[in-house]
Amino acid sequence: MSIFSIFSRQSSAPKARERLQVLLSHERLYLGSSDLVATLREEILAVIAKHVQVDSDRVNIKMDRGEHVSILEIDVEIPLNAAVKAA
Amino acid sequence: MAKVIVVTSGKGGVGKTTSTAALGAALAQRNEKTVVVDFDVGLRNLDLVMGAERRVVYDFVNVVQGDAKLPQALIRDKRLETLFLLPASQTRDKDSLTPEGVERVINELKRHFDWIICDSPAGIERGATLAMRHADMAVVVTNPEVSSVRDSDRIIGLLDSKTAKAERGERMEKHLLLTRYDAKRAERGDMLKVDDVLEILSIPLLGIIPESMDVLRASNIGAPVTLADSNSAPASAYFEAARRLAGEVVPVAIPSEKRGLFGKIFGRRAA
Repeated sequence: MSIFSIFSRQSSAPKARERLQVLLSHERLYLGSSDLVATLREEILAVIAKHVQVDSDRVNIKMDRGEHVSILEIDVEIPLNAAVKAA
Repeated sequence: MAKVIVVTSGKGGVGKTTSTAALGAALAQRNEKTVVVDFDVGLRNLDLVMGAERRVVYDFVNVVQGDAKLPQALIRDKRLETLFLLPASQTRDKDSLTPEGVERVINELKRHFDWIICDSPAGIERGATLAMRHADMAVVVTNPEVSSVRDSDRIIGLLDSKTAKAERGERMEKHLLLTRYDAKRAERGDMLKVDDVLEILSIPLLGIIPESMDVLRASNIGAPVTLADSNSAPASAYFEAARRLAGEVVPVAIPSEKRGLFGKIFGRRAA
């Protein structure tokens, strides 16, 4: 830390602005889609439950939004001894 | 036609209560009947900022639960006869307000007042959503600081989805009130500028309240800053914001430091 650091110190506001822009563009997408993910989760679960017994805690649905493409990831854990409801 | 305004922010400590009191007193000085309503059940403070803490007998929760009539709970300001306060309860918990009860009280207030200003609690929980529920317009109070801007963005999302107006498919009018703004620090690049915050949040600007000792001084004596010292810089900014709320077109001046030659040479080193 020298006396010159007072003069060479970079301003911090542009950094704040940039961090906020990146963060908020991400959060807006995520929060905007949370209702959609919840609806999808419920409906997908209902369809699977018609045929196989599943534990609702073992269903994981994730939405990854990229710049050009979004990925919907569905992860359903079906236990070995799950009763098959319909043949 | 009565207008219901919610003063909200998400983050705590950015100036919701100060701004509610200041805007309320500014609107009342236009001779329009105004009530400020404290929604922060359990942590009420609007009574203290208004200087009416020793006059609270009945509160918002009493009226919602039918233990008191609305006129019994309303406190008329001692300085301005057009200004009223509906205090929150200090002893009940935050779940004492019901959506139906709040709607009934707001509708009754609408029959008697020109302006109903709802001071929202911090957070995004029930208290905050109840405060914004029946609003026609929102004042989003934001400090030029990252966490406040982020929380304001979140609140804007809620205003567009969880309010009665949004559910009816109408557009919620939102206005940015930038508080604790320090032009000197912004110019130096150490604080987000007005334009930065406006660009990030993209809602129209209602006013810029400069960081000032006068705000604390007013709350110390229990007076809205627009009553305590109506010539001070924050008071003028609130008066202008109130005129904009009322629909007047008043250009927003971005506060900048007026410095003489001496100040130009030595001013930047200070503060």
